[in-house]
Amino acid sequence: MLVDDLGMPLTHEEITRRKALGMAGAGALCVACTGTMITAVRYLSPNVLYETSSRLKVGAPSSIAPGSVVTFPREKVFVVHATEGFIALSATCTHLGCMTRYEADRARIFCPCHGSQFSPEGTVLAGPAPTPLPRLEIALESGLLIVDTKKLVDPDFVLRV
Amino acid sequence: MARSFSLTNNRVFRSVVRHGMPDTNRNRSLAVFSNFFLHIHPVKVRLRAMAFRQTFYLGGLSAAAFFILTVTGVLLMFYYRPAVPHAYNDMKDLEFVVASGVFLRNLHRWSAHAMVALVFLHMVRVFFAGAYRPPREFNWVIGVGLLLITLLLSFTGYLLPWDQLAYWAITVGTNMAQSVPFIGPDIKFLMLGGNEIGEPTLIRFYVLHCVVLPLTAILLVSVHIWRVRKDGGIYLPPKRHAPVGRKEES
Repeated sequence: MLVDDLGMPLTHEEITRRKALGMAGAGALCVACTGTMITAVRYLSPNVLYETSSRLKVGAPSSIAPGSVVTFPREKVFVVHATEGFIALSATCTHLGCMTRYEADRARIFCPCHGSQFSPEGTVLAGPAPTPLPRLEIALESGLLIVDTKKLVDPDFVLRV
Repeated sequence: MARSFSLTNNRVFRSVVRHGMPDTNRNRSLAVFSNFFLHIHPVKVRLRAMAFRQTFYLGGLSAAAFFILTVTGVLLMFYYRPAVPHAYNDMKDLEFVVASGVFLRNLHRWSAHAMVALVFLHMVRVFFAGAYRPPREFNWVIGVGLLLITLLLSFTGYLLPWDQLAYWAITVGTNMAQSVPFIGPDIKFLMLGGNEIGEPTLIRFYVLHCVVLPLTAILLVSVHIWRVRKDGGIYLPPKRHAPVGRKEES
């Protein structure tokens, strides 16, 4: 075979029938393996989840006093009646995922795992939490406050009633 | 007695053990060579390779820890159900009701911690002895794979008691997995079997812990040990001096 100064072949090597069939076989094997892996990942991804519904019925707006924070531990949500309106906060600490708790006497949300502190609006006051508590979608439907824990909203979103 | 009774010179025994007593060199060789379990060992081993200071027996101790974990693990499986709420209650049963339950569970836990420490020290020993150099590079790679499997075994086993320690450890672990760019949330979804830690998570971790990871570990350990033998045994640094009065051995 003729080569240049880098050792790269100068002429095109003729592809024999043996090589062509080999490449076709290798290609088929690649397709089969890729298909197998995709199918395996699809098999392992559940389509039906037996988890709590993402929609939380809070109740009438009048049931939450102004300036108070109501905790829903099962859904991990705080519903805050702030001065501007209603805010739904995720109760999951943004540090490493522990469940926070509201301390009314200190007017703060506290995480027992590593000591992060948040204001009732979710801003970080102290501790290792990197970001504020995310706000969840809260809406008024037929006179009831409904929180959707799957939907995140802007950090300044407030439901005015 | 018409025929003298012998424990070893009878048809049943001779059908199982086909070599004589290891009092001749041939029988000593056959005792290892003709044994299914022992013949991964070479018939002859270099004397220097058996010194404590050479390997600190860390590889063998790691394998021993794995063996203890398998035996105790299987015994624990007779009482443990990987479902909610049975998991925690069965763990309590093993602690308070089952005879030797405390011992077996503790032995399993301590052996797990010991195995992580032992494989890590084994890796350090191999590194500082330079026993990863060619032709042993690929064996080092297999070793790294085995280290990962050991750590994953610890991680998946940690969830199984289904107590607060388990729940929050897995919360932190899956949240760390979630931070991988692009595919992080999908990895977390696959690990948890959903969006939350629940029953699907428990059964997934149980299958990984008891079937997938141990089978992979056994497979890789077999290749790992086979490789040691194929590469000429334990790596020994070259001898620096010739013993007086004898030809220098290579």
